Amino acid sequence: MSHESVVQVRGLVKRYGSKTAVDGLDLDVRAGTVTAVLGPNGAGKTTTVETCEGYRRPDGGTVRVLGLDPVADAAALRPRIGVMLQSGGVYSGARADEMLRHMAKLHARPLDVDALIERLGLGSCGRTTYRRLSGGQQQRLSLAMAVVGRPELVFLDEPTAGLDPQARRSTWELVRELRADGVTVVLTTHFMQEAEELADDVAIVDAGRVAAQGSPEELCRGGAENTLRFSGRPGLDLGSLLKALPDGTAAAEPLPGTYRITGAVDPQLLATVTTWCAQHGVMPDRISVERHTLEDVFLELTGKELRS
Amino acid sequence: MSTGTYAPKPGAAPVGRMIAAQTALETRMLLRNGEQLLLTVIIPSLLLVLFSTVDIVTVPVATTGGGGEAVDFLAPGVLALAVMSTAFTGQAIATGFERRYGVLKRLGASPLPRWALMTAKTLSVLVTEVLQVALLTAIALALGWSPHGDPLSVLLLLVLGTAAFSGLGLLMAGTLKAEATLAAANLVFLLLLVGGGVVVPLEKFGAAGDVLALLPISALSDGLRDVLQNGASMPWGDALILAVWAVLGLGAAARFFRWE
Repeated sequence: MSHESVVQVRGLVKRYGSKTAVDGLDLDVRAGTVTAVLGPNGAGKTTTVETCEGYRRPDGGTVRVLGLDPVADAAALRPRIGVMLQSGGVYSGARADEMLRHMAKLHARPLDVDALIERLGLGSCGRTTYRRLSGGQQQRLSLAMAVVGRPELVFLDEPTAGLDPQARRSTWELVRELRADGVTVVLTTHFMQEAEELADDVAIVDAGRVAAQGSPEELCRGGAENTLRFSGRPGLDLGSLLKALPDGTAAAEPLPGTYRITGAVDPQLLATVTTWCAQHGVMPDRISVERHTLEDVFLELTGKELRS
Repeated sequence: MSTGTYAPKPGAAPVGRMIAAQTALETRMLLRNGEQLLLTVIIPSLLLVLFSTVDIVTVPVATTGGGGEAVDFLAPGVLALAVMSTAFTGQAIATGFERRYGVLKRLGASPLPRWALMTAKTLSVLVTEVLQVALLTAIALALGWSPHGDPLSVLLLLVLGTAAFSGLGLLMAGTLKAEATLAAANLVFLLLLVGGGVVVPLEKFGAAGDVLALLPISALSDGLRDVLQNGASMPWGDALILAVWAVLGLGAAARFFRWE
């Protein structure tokens, strides 16, 4: 699997009147990966994605998608990408299968529509028109429309918003199948779990900028400090322990006999701590490592809760 | 679905096939919509039957210089109304809601080029008009209509009228909110039905009739009447009025239409 950049955003600026929606945003998406653009409502996620789709003309910066300018090269780009809008996009009087078959007809080598309908559980929609479908059915139809043309790259704007947990898992499964078959996926979300479960790369967006980008592991390791806790006899010589630990590590005894080490907690650090304990005849009871979640990282970077 | 199912194989369908598919879909959407059918089929048919058989408005068969029955005056007006109902009212409302519900936006990210979408919309309007003209002609003939004139002149007037009304309909759909378009398009339909020489002769409006004659619906109904009722040759004055509306309407629509 090659990993060249299929989406390159550099210094993107987009304003709506006096409001700056995107303010110097950089984003890279590697081929064949799932990238989650994570952020609260109003962070600029949709504007960024819609600029990549060619809907918006940047006020500043450059955007390249599959090496093309999404506005100037729209005709060449559009057959190669799949788009799932946050909402709508279907004739209110069209049936689900009718709309999907229509989208298939606009492409040269579409997926088998019946199999896709089956896969996404849209068969039960029958002759119901779009406006009478449930929110979940509308979402799944929109997802199907994004992939039916066998795109190289799909943009999914909040693909699981409003879905029940079962439908959400089914959508995640489809995203994984797309990646396994070599499709690059860019999705926006404000569900932390979605980013953690699905994404190879996460771009945390806040106030129109990328606050951090990396794999979920990198972000949890790099952006925030992890914590190691253990219990032992009170009054251990923390100065001696700290000498054995790398610079930038902190140690404290918040309550007598309970210890907290904060810093870059990795296997080496854990081994150093247990070795030091062994040398000092201390049994580190209830030793535990608290991993930071993306939620913690997000809070630390932006000072905001993610939930809308 | 097995491994490799989603392996990328992107590509646009040939543009002719895309336009054919889009035209078929747009036409189906239109024919499936009850309110649209009311405007495009039921109201014109009803007016034709009602006004031909009942003396609601005195139809000046003699004063317009032509001969024949009431239906000979009414049929050309109702054909003009049918064109307006599809190209203007129906297209404005449908396109306004497609814009509101993100259909135009979503299609904008598909391989279908915008010009191909507009071509498909036009073809869909023309297909609908052919069905309307066939139906209304059949009803009119059954009511004793005896049309005159050159079919080519009729065709040219219908095409110019379609262009004029499409431009105005798309201008409305692409600039106003969907609800405003719905209300305004219906209101304009009603006003032009009364004041555009469709069933009420313009002479009834006195001096105002001279201004009303410049409306696209008046030009179309008057032009069709000249040919079909009176057997006149091509009414170039009416054709010119329609052409001016078409240029203004389509030009403004191209300039001001917003896709989202």
